[in-house]
Amino acid sequence: MGETLAGTGTLVRLGLRRDRWLLSLWILGFAAMAGSSASAGAGLFPDVASRIAAAETINATASMVALFGRVYDPTSLGALSMIKYTAFMTAVLAVLMVFVTIRHTRADEESGQLELLSGGRLGRNAPLAAALVISFGASLVLGLASGGALAATGLPAAGSFAFGLGWAATGMAFSAVAGLGAQLTTSARAATGLGVIVIAITYVLRAVGDLAQPGPSALSWLSPIGWNQQIRAYAGDNWWVLFLPLALCAALVPVTFFLRARRDLGAGLGEQRPGPAHGSLQGVWDLAVRLQFRMLAAWAVAVVLFGVVIGSLAGNVSQFLTSPNSQDLMKKLGGAQALTDAFMAAEIAIMGILAAAYGLGAVNHLRSEETAGHTEALLGTATTRARWATSHYVAALGGVALLMLLTGLSVGVGAGLALHDGSQVGRITLASLAQIPAAWVITSMALAIFGWAPRLTTAVWGLLVVFIALGEFGVLWNAPQWLMDLSPFQHSPLLPVGSGGVVSLVALIVTACVLAALGYAGWSRRDLTA
Amino acid sequence: MTNVVEMTGVVKRFGKVTALDGLDLTVAQGEVHGFLGPNGAGKSTTLRLLLGMLRSDGGSLQVLGLDPWRNVATLHRRLAYVPGDVALWPNLTGGEVIDLLGRLQGGQDPARRDDLLKMFDLDPTKKARAYSKGNRQKVALIAALATDAEVFLLDEPTSGLDPLMEDAFRGCVRELREQGRTVLLSSHILSEAEALSDRLSIIRAGKVVETGPLQQLRHLTRTSVTADVTTVPQGLELLTGVHDVVVAGQRISAQVEPSGLAPLMQALTAAGLHTLTSQPPTLEDLFLRHYGTNTTKAPAGAATSNPGHSNHG
Ligand SMILES: Nc1ncnc2c1ncn2[C@@H]1O[C@H](COP(=O)(O)OP(=O)(O)O)[C@@H](O)[C@H]1O
Ligand SMILES: [Mg+2]
Repeated sequence: MGETLAGTGTLVRLGLRRDRWLLSLWILGFAAMAGSSASAGAGLFPDVASRIAAAETINATASMVALFGRVYDPTSLGALSMIKYTAFMTAVLAVLMVFVTIRHTRADEESGQLELLSGGRLGRNAPLAAALVISFGASLVLGLASGGALAATGLPAAGSFAFGLGWAATGMAFSAVAGLGAQLTTSARAATGLGVIVIAITYVLRAVGDLAQPGPSALSWLSPIGWNQQIRAYAGDNWWVLFLPLALCAALVPVTFFLRARRDLGAGLGEQRPGPAHGSLQGVWDLAVRLQFRMLAAWAVAVVLFGVVIGSLAGNVSQFLTSPNSQDLMKKLGGAQALTDAFMAAEIAIMGILAAAYGLGAVNHLRSEETAGHTEALLGTATTRARWATSHYVAALGGVALLMLLTGLSVGVGAGLALHDGSQVGRITLASLAQIPAAWVITSMALAIFGWAPRLTTAVWGLLVVFIALGEFGVLWNAPQWLMDLSPFQHSPLLPVGSGGVVSLVALIVTACVLAALGYAGWSRRDLTA
Repeated sequence: MTNVVEMTGVVKRFGKVTALDGLDLTVAQGEVHGFLGPNGAGKSTTLRLLLGMLRSDGGSLQVLGLDPWRNVATLHRRLAYVPGDVALWPNLTGGEVIDLLGRLQGGQDPARRDDLLKMFDLDPTKKARAYSKGNRQKVALIAALATDAEVFLLDEPTSGLDPLMEDAFRGCVRELREQGRTVLLSSHILSEAEALSDRLSIIRAGKVVETGPLQQLRHLTRTSVTADVTTVPQGLELLTGVHDVVVAGQRISAQVEPSGLAPLMQALTAAGLHTLTSQPPTLEDLFLRHYGTNTTKAPAGAATSNPGHSNHG
């Protein structure tokens, strides 16, 4: 083993150097977010009575439970303040850890950087080991820093560190999952996609599990994100649960090294089979579809599964609200229909954000194709710049629209069956299609950045995270209205969609067009870069 | 004779690096023009400018009488390009890439494509992921050579090919010339450019320092000769065209201009020649002698020279 690990230390240092800004920003960002949310919570819920009221409302609202989970101790300030961070932000953290791990494994292999380094004194397992050391280390530092930030706000230290270590262990578990995914696939894009799909599945598992009555069902215990919730920081501090994600790491890491040993550098696990000697690709359009298709197909399957599950929960929403207080509230809010709608609207809005993330990833093919040198070969032919950029841009827009159509249909069919009401399909599909323009704004923003600042294309992900955070926590943070209005998602009409939404939809589409025009202008002016 | 490529005083900067510093280059219709320079001299930058992939910061350039930045679509139908560093989609087979590039170019000759596949001994059913650098280069070469372009821009097309394939490539270039097509061929290997070109331009640190037909540049090149003889003859250094004579025991080495080769050989044969090795002149020698600088010390922030890298797989 020692020989195959030679050079790990060097690679760890190199990786930390490459990622020093990225990792420091994430760690500081998460710690600051946790700390500020805890102090905001102290102001919002000054006494036990207000906490109990808030916690009971959350626990009684299916959409909240599906999205964030339950508050396990209604009297605990920490459990209530951190509810949005226990599952939701943990999933975001998991995505970041997948990125870091893939970046140092499959991505480096793909770009040939590891081949360059492997010429030196570098053991076969060193790159994988270094990647895991970096992502495990980053998870741990992030967890400890966040625990410290929470304790500093005056919350109980034990609960604070249970929470922080929960983040650390979950980050490690998903780093291990990503390391395994990097062995199974042959491209960084596919490996990242696989990791994100695993996160989405574990998120849905715990959502369905948490919705079961009473409390979490076995499904929640099948999900690493569910484990993080069951640590129940500030609500009993189940330290032993931390053992589960660590055990998952202990199980996955040896398998990953075993698989790494059985394949060549750059190769996946499967054998290389010969392909067609003649191509059927007619032009850049076919090529763009070919390059984006797999990812879109995977997303489409995930969206349909998620949609049917969410839709079929529609019938349960009002049943969860059993206490006399909440029944009263329900009447005030417009009855069972309004509550069901609110739940569906929240879920569809999340799907809209996910579709935007898809569109962003798809349009960033432009940059990855350019840096890979593929664009140079294409533009050497009679293909114009505009035509090539359009191929990926329009394919991305189409993918976004398809995903939202599938969302609407699957949620609608699920809800129609649950409520025995066929008319749900139409209105839910309409609400789902209404999320497309906001997602297109994000897609077009990526095109604009590609045109003017190609080196910053990945930064658009950061912008997306900011928009999501503003939507989720803006009110909690007392963010000014104009700032929250910057997020395109803020302007998407929600279920039930009336004619009032038309103006903002048109505005969103105009914004997308302007951004796209900007992108084309920049792209037609700048040098091709590598 | 009209000029296919006309560049005068072209400047290209990347931030603080001046890659091209007032470059003049003309390529006449129907000629094979060798574009010779060490790594980092600006060859690829020049070709990318001619393709409209980069935008010039000064001077004027025209290809087939058109501005390559503005008339990409019309121009590229008449051009074929082989990049210096060929990158392919790892999931597509070589055959798929050749056909795709051919269609984007506006059509290729299927019979010619199949001949070229045989000539270059390339398996078109392999995924590009499995190709070595040489094989990736073959894919781009075949895609370009199978089209009926008028002008070929080839950026160090042989840098990954083995000698047998290099021969096949030279045959193709000669064929193109017979058909009256124009080729601009960049290289950092003097002998290769010499073997193929009608005219040569030598670029150093972003400027063309020498340009002309091969015969005119001959005087610049010297062959390095090493011989073992029975008796060392006197006065070799007095022969015209023979320089830097060094005698070590029975071994003689010298740098010889083309005009000095015949008299030197006569003298050596008379001296009882056993073994003779001769090395074609290299670009590095030429730079050292004529520009008083090593290629690696070119100014303007050019990259270091790294000749003789190879990659097989
Ligand atoms: N995109 C770029 N950004 C910055 N510098 C560049 C870029 N492309 C080329 N250069 C620099 O321009 C000079 C010429 O490069 P190049 O044309 O690739 O040389 P050659 O092809 O002759 O080896 C080099 O110093 C190189 O580092
Ligand atoms: Mg070059």
